[in-house]
Amino acid sequence: MDLSYTDEEKAFREEVRAFLAEKLPKEVSDKVRAGVSLGKEGHDDWHATLNEKGWLAFSWPREFGGAEWNAVQRHIFEEECALAYAPRIVPFGLSMLGPVLQKFGSKAQQDYFLPRILNGAHWWCQGYSEPGAGSDLASLKTRAVRDGDHYVVNGQKTWTTLGQYANWIFCLVRTDPEAKQQEGISFLLIDMETPGIEVRPIVLLDGTPEVNEVFFDNVRVPVENLVGEENKGWTYAKYLLTHERTNIAGVGFSQAGLDAVKRIARIESAGGRPLIENPHFAARLAQIEIDLMAMATTNMRIVSQASAGQAPGVESSMLKVKGTIIRQEINDLTRRAVGPYAMPFASEAIEGDNDPIGPDYAGPVAAQYFNNRKLSIFGGSNEIQRGIIAKVKMGG
Amino acid sequence: MDFNLTEERRMLQETLRRYLTDRYTTEMRNGIIDSEAGFSAEIWTELAELGVIGALFSEGDGGFGGAGFDIATVFGELGRAGVVEPFLDTAVLGGGLVAALGDDGQKALLGDVIAGGLHLALAHGEPASRYDLSRVETSMRGDGGDVVLNGRKAVVINAEAAGYLIVSARESGGFFDLDGISLFLVPVGTKGVTRRGYPMLAGGRAAEVVLDEVRLPGAARLGEAGKGFAPLMDAVAAANVALAAETVGAMESAVELTREYLMTRKQFGRPIGTFQALQHRFADLLIELEQARSAVINAAGHLEARDRDRQIAAARNLIARAGRLVAEEAIQMHGGIAMTQEYELAHIAKRIVMADHRFGDADYHLERFIALSAA
Repeated sequence: MDLSYTDEEKAFREEVRAFLAEKLPKEVSDKVRAGVSLGKEGHDDWHATLNEKGWLAFSWPREFGGAEWNAVQRHIFEEECALAYAPRIVPFGLSMLGPVLQKFGSKAQQDYFLPRILNGAHWWCQGYSEPGAGSDLASLKTRAVRDGDHYVVNGQKTWTTLGQYANWIFCLVRTDPEAKQQEGISFLLIDMETPGIEVRPIVLLDGTPEVNEVFFDNVRVPVENLVGEENKGWTYAKYLLTHERTNIAGVGFSQAGLDAVKRIARIESAGGRPLIENPHFAARLAQIEIDLMAMATTNMRIVSQASAGQAPGVESSMLKVKGTIIRQEINDLTRRAVGPYAMPFASEAIEGDNDPIGPDYAGPVAAQYFNNRKLSIFGGSNEIQRGIIAKVKMGG
Repeated sequence: MDFNLTEERRMLQETLRRYLTDRYTTEMRNGIIDSEAGFSAEIWTELAELGVIGALFSEGDGGFGGAGFDIATVFGELGRAGVVEPFLDTAVLGGGLVAALGDDGQKALLGDVIAGGLHLALAHGEPASRYDLSRVETSMRGDGGDVVLNGRKAVVINAEAAGYLIVSARESGGFFDLDGISLFLVPVGTKGVTRRGYPMLAGGRAAEVVLDEVRLPGAARLGEAGKGFAPLMDAVAAANVALAAETVGAMESAVELTREYLMTRKQFGRPIGTFQALQHRFADLLIELEQARSAVINAAGHLEARDRDRQIAAARNLIARAGRLVAEEAIQMHGGIAMTQEYELAHIAKRIVMADHRFGDADYHLERFIALSAA
């Protein structure tokens, strides 16, 4: 046992810190800290900055233009980015589709699509969930029927995150309705400009237009946009989901969140004393910090196994459950820390360039609390994760 | 013991439930929330005609109720329907203080309040006061026969619609002293009163109020000089009963929506409510909901009792804990659909959780309970 980082790892952390200090504009980190939307341009700019350094596709192999970092390097990078309030890397092209194309795509697909993910020409979104297929993803109904050199796609996808910015969507579609559920699914790449596609925003409970419904009405997709083999899409989908679950513990986000709530609790007062000295508040804060300290080590144990070449399995489900519980607890405590000033609805339209209502940190916290209820729902709900853990560990 | 509502209260409950079920749909309410006023004048008038406001005042003040169980009955129904109209502010807080302290001239306003023609708002909390009711920095000085107010009031709910603000100001003593707080009935058009309005996350509107050399005649005083704290406590106690009942009403709706969803939503070929893991969690919500209903009864039944404040602290602590569990579990068991603004549960969950931020969250009421139990 040795809980310390190696000299190389420490040097790498310093390099990441120096890069962030130099290249992350303050107006961008202020927005991330305040929970303000960056817009498409803001994300594109940050991607370009990382791409210039060669760090955008940090987990991709070098042959595809990636940095080929190991799991510990990735962890250090993600932690430093969270603590610096850097924008998150939009995952759909980089950490979801990219690895699938690298493993299962044709040479032509790799040559065409991968560089366009890196240079920002393509913004991808994910066409997985449907109104009737959420946790039970394999029950999806969107149909693709072969017609000469094309598939004709009809159906509906939902919860399409940032689909309003996307010009491409990767979709799970049913190509064989007769086969057993998982066996008749294919993985298609669809240009959002194709006639017959309609994107409708869904407004979330905190007022943000973050997700969408995507409708397909006789959308013609060239057959060369099929990834791998027809009816084998479920295999690729599962491969993608294992990549979606990297950084699933969100340790860096929790540490940044904990720092933020401590800062707020030093400024806020209750009964004439700083809130952070209030015994009940302090106890809650300590409880979360204790959980987080252990989870950071759980995370590192799993990360270093992955670095040693062992694929994380059921442990990533454990990290998802515990990681989201901790993040949501921090959101709850932060909401409570600001007291009555959590009540105003600080939309950008209202605040704009005006003075904030109440202290500047108060505006987004209640909205973030509600928005982050999604953490335990998306990417395989915590109920699904618990099912996986039980199934694997009980040998059922 | 008798845990049944009186005939009059039961009828009021039924009338309100029928009216709100038919009239106050999710779509309508979402339109109201997005509107400039943040509430519907039409709904306000209709509910006033149904007796919602009258039920919150005693006969002596022109109403037909005013007891703890009247408040609990009315607000339980408003909570079930997720009503955003500011009855708590105009009637329980504003109207309650005028009824308790007003001279004949001031009390003449109550007829208009009960009829639905006049709004009021309590401008008491300040930027640094959090939930401490005694912390008042807004100053008052006498000048001849006039009084002059200076200060800032935070998150004053319903300040924009109100005809009068009930403003607390310190006439003597230090920031946290219980003695020395005075109350004033301030017409909103008075020179030096500015209101910066904004919508709230769970619906309705509030404002930051600045009082800059606000000069009033001495007759604007509401109640005795320096003796405002006790009546404020009384009004806030009634408001806490209302908030507790409203939150439990909203919890009932959240649980009911969840039950329907669990029985209709199919995944893996069957309704998700047939999975035992979800059945047990749903059963826990029902257990907590029963506890929360009892907490409202305890608080409402002790509104006039010596043990009032301890009972209210207990109720609001329990309901804050149970409410958070119900809101979060209801969203989780629904999944993504509960995260969308157009689905009823989204608003109901916001009402439940955001009640924490009025007059104290679970920890505040826990500390109150400990202090009052030791006293």
